Amino acid sequence: MQLVLERRAERSAVAALASPLIAIVLTLVTMAILFAALGKNPVTALTVYFIDPLTDSYSLVELAVKATPLVMIAVGLSLCYLANTWNIGAEGQFLIGAVCGSWLAVKTQGSDAGAWVLPAMLMLGAAGGALYALIPAIAKVRFGASEILTSLMLVYVADLLLDYLVRGPWRDPNGFNFPTSAEFDPVATVPILIEGTRLHLGALIAVAVVAVTSVILGRTIMGFEIKVVGAAPRAARFAGFDADKLVILTFMISGGLAGLAGIIEVAGPVGHLQPGFSPGYGFTAIIVAFLGRLNPVGIMIAALFLALTFIGGEQAQISIKVPLDLTKVFQGILLFYVLACDSLILYRIRIISSPSGAVDGIA
Amino acid sequence: MGLLEAIILSVLAASTPLLLAAAGELVTERAGVLNLGLEGMMIMGAACGFAGAHFTGSVIIGALAGMFAGMFMSALFAGLTIGLAVNQVAAGLALTIFGVGLSGLIGGGFVGARIETAPHLWLPALTDLPLFGKIVFGQDGFVYASIALVVGIWWFLYRTRAGLILRAVGDNHLSAHALGYPVLRIRTFAVLFGGACAGLGGAYLPLAYTPFFIPGMTAGRGWIALALVVFASWRPERIVLGAYLFGAVTILQLHAQAMSLPIPSQLMSSLPYLATVVVLIAISRGRGVAGSAAPASLGIVFVPDR
Repeated sequence: MQLVLERRAERSAVAALASPLIAIVLTLVTMAILFAALGKNPVTALTVYFIDPLTDSYSLVELAVKATPLVMIAVGLSLCYLANTWNIGAEGQFLIGAVCGSWLAVKTQGSDAGAWVLPAMLMLGAAGGALYALIPAIAKVRFGASEILTSLMLVYVADLLLDYLVRGPWRDPNGFNFPTSAEFDPVATVPILIEGTRLHLGALIAVAVVAVTSVILGRTIMGFEIKVVGAAPRAARFAGFDADKLVILTFMISGGLAGLAGIIEVAGPVGHLQPGFSPGYGFTAIIVAFLGRLNPVGIMIAALFLALTFIGGEQAQISIKVPLDLTKVFQGILLFYVLACDSLILYRIRIISSPSGAVDGIA
Repeated sequence: MGLLEAIILSVLAASTPLLLAAAGELVTERAGVLNLGLEGMMIMGAACGFAGAHFTGSVIIGALAGMFAGMFMSALFAGLTIGLAVNQVAAGLALTIFGVGLSGLIGGGFVGARIETAPHLWLPALTDLPLFGKIVFGQDGFVYASIALVVGIWWFLYRTRAGLILRAVGDNHLSAHALGYPVLRIRTFAVLFGGACAGLGGAYLPLAYTPFFIPGMTAGRGWIALALVVFASWRPERIVLGAYLFGAVTILQLHAQAMSLPIPSQLMSSLPYLATVVVLIAISRGRGVAGSAAPASLGIVFVPDR
């Protein structure tokens, strides 16, 4: 007996909707087994992880705060992945965006600069991220270098640059030698939406990004080109679509969005520049993009779910003493299942019980 | 011990994990599978390798545990990409995210613990020879194993029938399939082999390089090893050159930092990563898609139609 993949004549619409849900259920089952192996009651642990954060208003707001950068980065990445280009260095573009925007905040610190500071910071952040993403894009288009490897290498470089700045030139003189910039001035801080919470303007920007991208993908030639270049490169060539231009474009958009997310995070919930301010949003956003099926609205839902794992993971670390690394394990397993279930949209699995010699040799 | 000798010894040590992991990945890619999960497999090899050596006191068992961990990870990858025809880039990323998390979970309990590192070869008279004695006759077992591995892979790929078939599968899986070769089975073996090598390369870090385990101690070596395969144009003999060059860059920046030059240490630390980007651009330049040395079916999913 053996399992064989068989290509479906058409994409299965049922499987397309069900696959993320099946993936989540399978992940939860796997997590339950993992908790049991760690000697924790699986039901209690899963409740702490996934239910408790939904029951108080503080955690609900926090969910939106954590989902904000994930949505912005993942929407940009989905454009790249739809066009079959692989920007996996969003974490680096996120950090560079934060650095570029913070430059203005640090330079205007304590001056009487007006309300123009924050908008300028956001623009600098987006520009910085876009330009940083341009490096792997040009290396790919001009020289044929793998964008996967170059974009990832630049994450380490960005991390070290951030580390240098906050330990050196931008270190807060009154910060007791901690590697951090001074707290940003009010004009350099993202405004809070609901007084007394941490919900900030970034959440609205993220929703706007989702709306605009939905329109671009569904209603414009550019969106069409992106999808055709990714799904049918030969057809795209015959249609005269410029694949190189799209690599540059999708990288710059995704880098810009990641950079914008970076400066919003620093000028919003964090309030100052410091190393390690990102719990790996740029990498988690890759999972968000796939869990959301590379669809802007799907990504928004997926981002809320993964934000839940960050919050649940922190609470579980405190209340039932499980390591924080469990969240990463969880996210990795989730991506495994998402990809595996996506396969069911294109293929059906057949069980073959009478293997002839030739068939046996193939599978 | 002269300074030059010391530098060469430390370059060899810094290069060996890269060499082991890149050599395994080369075989995987020659069979047409791009496993981007190298970093995840290496860090799991490091965590499990340390655990094995810590509990048994044996470096060999540690090395085996590392190889086994790498194979376990690559088996997950094979199940996804070969069994379920999942996109290899995405599956490789998942493997890295998963491996980094799981290694933290496994190795977290060992932070602060120390073990005896792998013993170095010592031959009376030979090891004491001036200049090259220690370099040739005074290494740990991993260094000799990594050289033997590359020689073995070269011989396998270019001098055996099985190696020829493996390359055929990587260059044109449709033709190989039409000729009756079991494409998926061959690819599975190649992925598992790559996983074992990556696990061994990762295990080298806590077993021979430093006597302890730190979460994330591979620090991007898996990604650099992936770049090395490109640098080597998928030829095993060039992997050696590439790995030692990168090892040299790593050691040079460490020495430069120790000399406390007026250069930020972070800039020095970023040199291996920047060098990777520059080398990738230089090596890919002008080669074009048609002239690429990459196996023609690399990264393309194969589902046999029946």
